[in-house]
Amino acid sequence: MVTAPQPTASAVQEDPGQPVLVFEDVSIGFEGKPVLENISFKVSPGDTRILLGPAGSGKSVLLKLANGLIRPDSGTITVFGEEINTMREEQLFQLRGRIGMVFQEGALFDSLTVRDNVAYRLIEQKVPEAEVTQRVLEALRFVELEQTVDKFPSQLSGGMRRRVAIARAIVNRPDLILYDSPTGGLDPITSTTIVELVMKQRDVYHTSSLLVTHRLQDAFSLATHTFDRTENHMVPIPNNGLDPKTNFLMLHDGHLVFDGSTHDLVHSEDPFIKEYLS
Amino acid sequence: MPLETIESIAKKLVLSVQDYALLTGRAIGNIFQRPRYIADLIVQADSIGIGSVPIVLLTGFFTGGVLALQSASSLAQFGATAITGELVSLSMIKELGPVLTSLMVSGRNASGMASELGSMMVTEQIDAMRALGTDPVKKLVTPRLYATVIMLFFLTILSDTVGTLGGAVISVFMLGQDGSQYFHTAYQTLQYPDIIQGLVKPIVFGFIIASVGCYYGMTTRGGTQGVGRSTTQAVVVSSVLIIAIDLVISQFMIGVFGR
Repeated sequence: MVTAPQPTASAVQEDPGQPVLVFEDVSIGFEGKPVLENISFKVSPGDTRILLGPAGSGKSVLLKLANGLIRPDSGTITVFGEEINTMREEQLFQLRGRIGMVFQEGALFDSLTVRDNVAYRLIEQKVPEAEVTQRVLEALRFVELEQTVDKFPSQLSGGMRRRVAIARAIVNRPDLILYDSPTGGLDPITSTTIVELVMKQRDVYHTSSLLVTHRLQDAFSLATHTFDRTENHMVPIPNNGLDPKTNFLMLHDGHLVFDGSTHDLVHSEDPFIKEYLS
Repeated sequence: MPLETIESIAKKLVLSVQDYALLTGRAIGNIFQRPRYIADLIVQADSIGIGSVPIVLLTGFFTGGVLALQSASSLAQFGATAITGELVSLSMIKELGPVLTSLMVSGRNASGMASELGSMMVTEQIDAMRALGTDPVKKLVTPRLYATVIMLFFLTILSDTVGTLGGAVISVFMLGQDGSQYFHTAYQTLQYPDIIQGLVKPIVFGFIIASVGCYYGMTTRGGTQGVGRSTTQAVVVSSVLIIAIDLVISQFMIGVFGR
């Protein structure tokens, strides 16, 4: 049964229609080389936006920009209605309390146990010990890794580490989750487990998310499947249906070359997109 | 060398100094802001301070011993072996105690800090920490900085004491000198400026060790190779800075106190 954390009251936006994340004309470069140029898109409440693109196209950079981990050279990034590129780091720490992030390799703290990794944010917020334990177990139950609570990251497989990273990202019931290639480098079966967890979070808790991947199979699984709570696994949407809240962005050479629905993506006439999808 | 390359190196150097200044400024200031990671400070003090005790004791003892041996040998030519204790105690307290202790702690801890923080950088653990709402400078750098400064101060006192004792052991048991005379001259020669000089140095050197170690750790790029590079650079830069700054402090102190 699904026993994951419920969204907090903060999940309710002041303006329900207000986009969770907005990029406006954002550009960034490193050592004089442009990485992202004039990127504009938005993530609406409850949306799952899948960011596709070849390796080195700036997908992870975009995700770090969305969380304020790096700052753009130009343009504006708005998260929950607040412009983050002019915010001080201390203010960003507050805002990040509403954002969960799953890093490419999990980025678990290797000197801490699974319990302490998942509980990290709660401990920092001085949440009472009993509540910490309860919420950590809830989050670990969500990713079906309750038994690993006392283990260290080095004792876990790659897939398990990603699942712990997901548990850590959702433990404080965020309003936006950023997934950086959560299935990268994993075998197909483990990838499916991770995709199912992303889907579960989307369909059960309707959390807005931005997911970076270069695995088309995972992206289309998210677009064409839904999470069945009774069966506790993903099932195809009947009649070859598509999830209306899941749509795509595609990066190529630092430019956003696509922003639209699954249907539009597969019917695109853009030569790069056609080649990428083939 | 092309002009462009020189310009680029100069820019990188200036940028590094700026980043270093910002990092250390924030690390110092953080102690006045909440949250304060006192538990982390104690853990670091234990790791840096208590963990370094064996090497500091050994270094101090043998340095004092060899100093007594060499001094006595030279002083014998002038029939002045009676002041061996004076020479050992002044050398240990003003120079060798602070400098050698700092170099040992630098080798052990500047490298440790650079490799630990560097590994966290390249595995995105520092980014993860920021994403989880924690300031890594406050959580990782500030406790290391203050713990090193505090513990190096006491380690130096320990090293001075053990060094003077090491000199006494050599003087008495190998050179057949009078123990009472050794300790008497060692004590009598010391004046407050000597003690102040010997205690100001570890505070400055502790700051150098921790700030340089953390700076190289926090700016690590390029995977495991980058971690290795940062570790080496941290030890080299902190060691060279310790010796160079030692000269500056010594000159300043001699200028102020006249000895």
